[in-house]
Amino acid sequence: MKLAELASLIRSKNAGPFVLTFDIVFPDDESYLRAKESGALTIARFAELFRCEEKHVLFFECDNARAFKFSIPRPIVQGNLGDGDMHGGQQFIPLMDIEIR
Amino acid sequence: MNEIRYVAATGALGVGVDAEALEQSLDLRPHFIAADAGTTDAGPFALGSGSAAFPREAVKRDLARVLVATRKANIPALIGSAGTAGGDPHVDWVLDIAREIAEENHLSLRTAVIRSEQNRDYLLGLYREGRVRALDPAPEIDETVFSRSARIVGMMGVEPLQAALDAGADFVLAGRCSDPALFAALPTLRGLPPGLAWHAGKVTECGTMACEGPRGGVITATVREHEVILRPVGEGLRCTPQSIAAHSLYENAHPYLHKECSGILDLTHSKYTAIDDVSVRITDSGFIPSSDYTVKLEGAELVGYQSIMIGGIRDPFILRRLDQWVAEVRAYIYGAVARILKLNPPDWSLTVHVYGRNAVMGAMEPNASEMPHEVGIVVEATAATQELATKAAQLARQPFLHHGAPEWTSGTTSFACLHNPAHIDRGAVYRFNLNHVAVPRTKMEMFRTEFVQLGARPL
Repeated sequence: MKLAELASLIRSKNAGPFVLTFDIVFPDDESYLRAKESGALTIARFAELFRCEEKHVLFFECDNARAFKFSIPRPIVQGNLGDGDMHGGQQFIPLMDIEIR
Repeated sequence: MNEIRYVAATGALGVGVDAEALEQSLDLRPHFIAADAGTTDAGPFALGSGSAAFPREAVKRDLARVLVATRKANIPALIGSAGTAGGDPHVDWVLDIAREIAEENHLSLRTAVIRSEQNRDYLLGLYREGRVRALDPAPEIDETVFSRSARIVGMMGVEPLQAALDAGADFVLAGRCSDPALFAALPTLRGLPPGLAWHAGKVTECGTMACEGPRGGVITATVREHEVILRPVGEGLRCTPQSIAAHSLYENAHPYLHKECSGILDLTHSKYTAIDDVSVRITDSGFIPSSDYTVKLEGAELVGYQSIMIGGIRDPFILRRLDQWVAEVRAYIYGAVARILKLNPPDWSLTVHVYGRNAVMGAMEPNASEMPHEVGIVVEATAATQELATKAAQLARQPFLHHGAPEWTSGTTSFACLHNPAHIDRGAVYRFNLNHVAVPRTKMEMFRTEFVQLGARPL
């Protein structure tokens, strides 16, 4: 099953002008635990998808929100020349297709 | 029982205040109504240029609803990060709107205006004393960053707001301000626990975005010694433990630790429980006081002036070798601008965004090798003056038009321009240049408060 089918919310957003943050939220404990125990969501996987170094990826499993959170430095600072997503809102797409067993 | 009740009127002043819900929320007998009016989310232009991201009419409509409601209930109104960026011109702009509202609605407002725009020499002094520290990640800076900046603001915490409330302000109009501080100021002033007070502020600062259900309505909070109660007002809106927990993550790099001037809001052990179908209780949120009082700085500096051109390409012969085609066109334009305008990088630059390909995700685009049947192209020419940027954009048009595909024996027109003239002047372009905190010598020295009377004083 793809992550987009399991999660109730996948989003990306600026966390200030220099950081992008990604939230993956699940509708119930069952789906959250399934994703958590699948081992599919890791720093290594995220770094590969978003082409950044693992040491720059912050990753959190937030049980009380049934959510995962990743944060990375923005590849281009918000609003700098070349930035194509001022609010950082359309960067989550590669997460949607992650296969959750 | 010691408790503070409040209403967050909207997530952003100018987006809309639900008048009916706000009126209804007064039944809670709130101690104050507050709304955030700014963010860096729109980009560096507001801060750099001194202008707001919303039209005056929208801000006036929202602010009028807040001010009329608070005068009716005889409680203070707090507005933070005035005019999008919270610099002096932004504060003055909202102050002028508030003055007009007070006169038109016969309100008397003893107004505390708290300014947070920073003096460059003052900041340079702090920097030389090692009192400017980089956050992670931060751009490299040196002493020139302060003189280069068009504007720098410091993000205030609760302290200047509390001083204004203590002095009896009816209306606190703050420059750049931590969003949750706006809501935590009064509860912490009244001795309620900072962890719960700041957490309530963190959840409510975006208005009903923390709720499930339709848009509109307002969110209310009751801060007590051992709990916060969150409750929306508005048809169909619900706070649920998960909606509040999930919103606590929003727009922050770290889900549990949120840095503020005076310490760190710690949500590691926060618990969320449903009280009924629409209300949630938060308990166990902590606040770790910092040994140093730090003020986050936001700065914007001029990059240059820009002229852009928008168009599209449909020819499959070009599309199948598009990257190379764009590279050839770019090289030609750089050459033409060098020959004709005597301008070379870094004194100007050409940025090409290819929509349909990777304009949205750039280097992170996973599907960049898939070529659609049509792409949209935005060309940005950026230079030190508008005149030069415009000329560079004008020089970009012909190369885009007439760089053909080798499959065709004679010249074709390769680029479908959207407009005539093809270029659009965008004016000044700014960039953020600080992700740093200042360590002031005293908590209040970076903020300046003056009291002004808006509207006629009652007899």
